[in-house]
Amino acid sequence: MGRNRHLNQKKGGNLAQVQHVVLILSGKGGVGKSTLTTELALALRHSGKKVGILDVDLCGPSIPRMLSVGKPEVHQCDLGWVPVYTDAQKSLALMSIGFLLEDPDEAVVWRGPKKTALIGQFVSDVAWGELDVLLVDTPPGTSDEHLAVLENLKKQHKVDGAILITTPQAVSTGDVRREITFCKKTGLRILGIVENMSGFVCPHCSVSTPICMDTHTPSVLVANRSPVSFRLASCALFRWTQSSV
Amino acid sequence: MADIPSDAPQHCPGTASEQAGKTSACQGCPNQNLCSSGATKAPDPAIEEIAEKMLTVKHKILVLSGKGGVGKSTFSAHLAHALASDATKEVALLDVDICGPSIPRIMGLEGEQVAGLSLCLSPRYVEDNLAVMSIGFLLSSPDDAVIWRGPKKNGMIKQFLRDVDWGELDYLIVDTPPGTSDEHLSIVQYLSSARIDGAVIITTPQEVSLQDVRKEIRFCQKVQLPIIGVVENMSGFVCPKCKNTSQIFPPTTGGAERMCEEMNLTLLGRVPLDPRIGKSCDEGKSFLTEVPDSPAAAAYHSIVQSIQAYCLSHVTREESAG
Repeated sequence: MGRNRHLNQKKGGNLAQVQHVVLILSGKGGVGKSTLTTELALALRHSGKKVGILDVDLCGPSIPRMLSVGKPEVHQCDLGWVPVYTDAQKSLALMSIGFLLEDPDEAVVWRGPKKTALIGQFVSDVAWGELDVLLVDTPPGTSDEHLAVLENLKKQHKVDGAILITTPQAVSTGDVRREITFCKKTGLRILGIVENMSGFVCPHCSVSTPICMDTHTPSVLVANRSPVSFRLASCALFRWTQSSV
Repeated sequence: MADIPSDAPQHCPGTASEQAGKTSACQGCPNQNLCSSGATKAPDPAIEEIAEKMLTVKHKILVLSGKGGVGKSTFSAHLAHALASDATKEVALLDVDICGPSIPRIMGLEGEQVAGLSLCLSPRYVEDNLAVMSIGFLLSSPDDAVIWRGPKKNGMIKQFLRDVDWGELDYLIVDTPPGTSDEHLSIVQYLSSARIDGAVIITTPQEVSLQDVRKEIRFCQKVQLPIIGVVENMSGFVCPKCKNTSQIFPPTTGGAERMCEEMNLTLLGRVPLDPRIGKSCDEGKSFLTEVPDSPAAAAYHSIVQSIQAYCLSHVTREESAG
């Protein structure tokens, strides 16, 4: 496998036939990165695209559960790991540490260098084949995983950019503004910002209540100088949450 | 030896790492021979220094969750407020979320930065008896990103524990980032010679949270960190118009209650989702004083009492054993 991997890298690597690579980032945890990654992948597949999801959240991998793929075996081929496909048509390919753990409750208690090494393998040694889009789901923060995935992607492929997720609270937008700084420092283009959990529509009386009383997202837009912001409707959130759990 | 020496290359694995001196990044480093000899993996002297420092801290509580966004910082802050409401108690809150420090804002201390990366490690005071330390205080701007790899984060945590003048404390609460990685290993390692009372684990009801929280519980068991109990946050949302309760995060697999039964843990309580909690956090105020009649405030108080009882019973058991 080592020799074949070397040849493969000379030809352009396992990302050679991937058209677009987009990172899903947030400085804040629990804002809906994995949920949005999943729904975006499903929407793109529905529109006829071939999609991949690389889950580099090694401590808390959510993608396998969100796509209900259970615990399939990960096989190897000449080019490296074969991604897990959600369907026979192979229209949605996945790779996550969740597939490599014997016990789903097993904690991955690794320090940074070990996480960096596995992420390097995830980027270069998964045989994605032909994809229109590869979405990369990340853990919250601006640390080892983010640096590792970006450095390794840049060696092999142009990264189209990142989508940043926030929720309306200042505690969330504060972390997301730090993520914007991370993107600027690493030269990662921000494709847009999504404000998740903008409100909640009560299923009993249909009145919409903001979960957060005031939105601080405008400060994020100013920090990014971005006119683009998508407010995810509250009822959509409710449906998303139902399907994600 | 410092975990990351000043003359180390960019991807230094850390002198205490199993890979010290052996990775490709180590090639050409002046410390490579020393690291690969194993000399740097001797117990860090800081562990004993920290144990000495912690002799004046009666109770140490970690707030953990495998999952992000479940309310660890919110809970840590309000636990601190609640414990400090007794003016005879000295309480401190340490924020070791290096990349996403929320505590300064939640405690109403945002904007207390000093110019440049400061070496000043004096805690900030919310009340006379409530001290706070966070990397947020050391940044020159709230937009500054801390883009550090593991070893550098570990060094900061060591400094927080060893070099901050905490004084005599009844309670030290440590707020952590989500996960089971450098920050968590470092906190447990550096406090290994100082007794930690235990960890409070925060979750929300849905399985996507619980699956990460079970990993955190396994982490605690692996490192022999006692678990005080589990708090289920965002447990139901009461519509302010019709007063019906809805589950924003439905407990499709039994929520924290079933997880606690299966893993033989104490469910300390459930806190409903009240939008005023988030508002208080954003404004840097204590929700417990802003909306004292909320069911969420009542839930917090009950949980805090259980935690206090646990800490006191621990002291009693140790005194009896001694």
